[in-house]
Amino acid sequence: MADKCSNLEKIAEAKKAWDEGPVAKTCGRFPERKEEFVTVSDEPVERLYTPEPSVMKEYNEKLGFPGQYPFTRGVQPTMYRGRLWTMRMYAGFSTAEESNKRYRYLLEQGSTGLSVAFDLPTQIGYDSDDDMSAGEVGKVGVAIDSLADMEVLFDGIPLDKVSTSMTINSSAAILLAMYIAVGEKQGVSADKLTGTIQNDILKEYIARGTYRFPPKPSLRLISNIFEYCTKSVPRWNTISISGYHIREAGSTAAQEVGFTIADAICYVETAMKAGLKVDDFAPRLAFFFAAHTDLLEEVAKFRAARRLYAKIMKERFKAENPKSWMLRFHTQTGGVTLTAQQPDNNIVRVAIQTLAAVLGGTQSLHTNSKDEALALPTEDSVRVALRTQQIVAEESGVTSTIDPLGGSFYVEQLTDKIEAEALAYIEKIDELGGMVSAIEQGYVQKEIEQSAYNYGQSIESNDRIVVGVNKFQVEEENTIPLFKVDETVGKLQTDKIAKVKADRSEETVKAKLAALTEASKGDDNLMPFILDAVREYATIGEICNAMEGVFGQYTETFN
Amino acid sequence: MSDSTATGAKVRVLIGKPGLDGHDRGAKYVAHILRDAGFEVIYTGIRRTPEQIVDAAIQEDVKMIGLSLLSGAHNTLFKRVLDLLKEKGAEDIIVFGGGTIPPDDVPGLEAMGIKAVFGPGTPAKEIVDTLNSCLA
Repeated sequence: MADKCSNLEKIAEAKKAWDEGPVAKTCGRFPERKEEFVTVSDEPVERLYTPEPSVMKEYNEKLGFPGQYPFTRGVQPTMYRGRLWTMRMYAGFSTAEESNKRYRYLLEQGSTGLSVAFDLPTQIGYDSDDDMSAGEVGKVGVAIDSLADMEVLFDGIPLDKVSTSMTINSSAAILLAMYIAVGEKQGVSADKLTGTIQNDILKEYIARGTYRFPPKPSLRLISNIFEYCTKSVPRWNTISISGYHIREAGSTAAQEVGFTIADAICYVETAMKAGLKVDDFAPRLAFFFAAHTDLLEEVAKFRAARRLYAKIMKERFKAENPKSWMLRFHTQTGGVTLTAQQPDNNIVRVAIQTLAAVLGGTQSLHTNSKDEALALPTEDSVRVALRTQQIVAEESGVTSTIDPLGGSFYVEQLTDKIEAEALAYIEKIDELGGMVSAIEQGYVQKEIEQSAYNYGQSIESNDRIVVGVNKFQVEEENTIPLFKVDETVGKLQTDKIAKVKADRSEETVKAKLAALTEASKGDDNLMPFILDAVREYATIGEICNAMEGVFGQYTETFN
Repeated sequence: MSDSTATGAKVRVLIGKPGLDGHDRGAKYVAHILRDAGFEVIYTGIRRTPEQIVDAAIQEDVKMIGLSLLSGAHNTLFKRVLDLLKEKGAEDIIVFGGGTIPPDDVPGLEAMGIKAVFGPGTPAKEIVDTLNSCLA
């Protein structure tokens, strides 16, 4: 021990001599390119990092071993040597028929899981023929109005073999119920279903916008899902607590971690208050983060998030099952980093971001396509995005050892720093009375907006360079072929709703919806009521309206 | 710069998010840079109907409306805003737009009366200069 410390002192002395000698001399003759170097999140970056005493002294406590608390180096003992991450491409557009074709294509191309993008009316719980849905049907994802659409969406896709992630939040309970019902029709019981629903309403209020009901009933629905799945759909990830959209809205890396884990704290507290035991539901909580181009900052971010979450679950919530401590996460490369200018350059950005996610130990990954600053991606550009993951997996060599950047003097120190900053945000939110209250006060939204403004200004002033945007521009004709959604989808879906309504028993549907409304007034778990209505082909709009009468609507507060 | 020379009053702009799209980073950023440039900006918040946006614009007596949309519903919803302005006799309000808008759609939007469309990565200065020249 004494030897190690004196060794650190020797390093510090040598560094001082290096700073004052060669560095000072060189800087005197050739000043560095910038006075201050910072990460994309504005974290200052030093010229050189040397061993940090705590990493050496507290290796077991701070880093430990993969698959063990505090999981800094990864959540599985063998990581990618055992199994690669799930290559899960987010896709969906137009009708269930069209999206079903894209899913089959992706599975043929080597995708190992599905990720369903729903259109905005489905995400907010409006039927395609609702006035509110005008112009939006089938645009950013597939339109699902009733179980009939869901049956088509998964036609020929065996739900016992493919895991499915669904980006659905305020209407998550309904889409999960539809998935269970499709499974029943395929002869796959709910206990065999694997997948994830996003189900993270708090970040909808903060950053993404597809809320429907106010926070209290929304959180109740989430707890209902936790409870229902624990008993009936045990292999399902009941929530994907998402920093991705917080980052997309403009947050820094540390804010992404801090706000996301603060959301997680709110969900855990809500479920525990509803009487659930932390170790019964926490192992099924999952996370979702962004991967941006600042490679080393991102790797540090993922490592910091894992360690911080493990500590909070163990110490704050007294979880005892190691699975409750594990932060398992999906990653998507950063949509906002894509440029409309010189779109081919985006392939390179996505490749770096893929490396960041993999070096950060992700469990699954979606890679964006080069054309997504302009439109939904074409099939060809999606293939390149998927191949990017496959090249990193099969050719780069980074999958052969676990956490290869662990022990990097810089990455370890940045990991500590992001963890400390994220924790400070969590403490601030605790002070404000928790996440719901922090959102209602506009605190989180304002913090993110300020970071987004600072970032934008740093580009306007050329302090930060985005290739093709404020440096290395070219005159270009926009000639790349873009994907177009058929404008007639709204009409097609309207016709389908009419057919579904003609074929079902109106009386039964009405009775099921009335039962759901009645149950919404009390404390019962709403999942069985929703499932009953779904099985009778009640539409998503009808089901949401049945609850909205009791729950009310949320409208954004801002100033 | 953006003071109307006769009165010295600031030019009022309404930034609106029509439809169901919740991506508001761009809208909030543009609102901020326009304020920096001397405009008086009213931001509607997300998920407003074209009716709500047009009513607010008339009520607030704005000179310009900026519409931000990333969901692909621009052809329907931008048109609806223009139609409503016409119906209410407020077609003198200048309408511009931004968001994830395929370049192929821009000529159509301009033909229906959108004065300028700003794609991703447009510098603040270009937006401000364009709006000022629309006002001139």
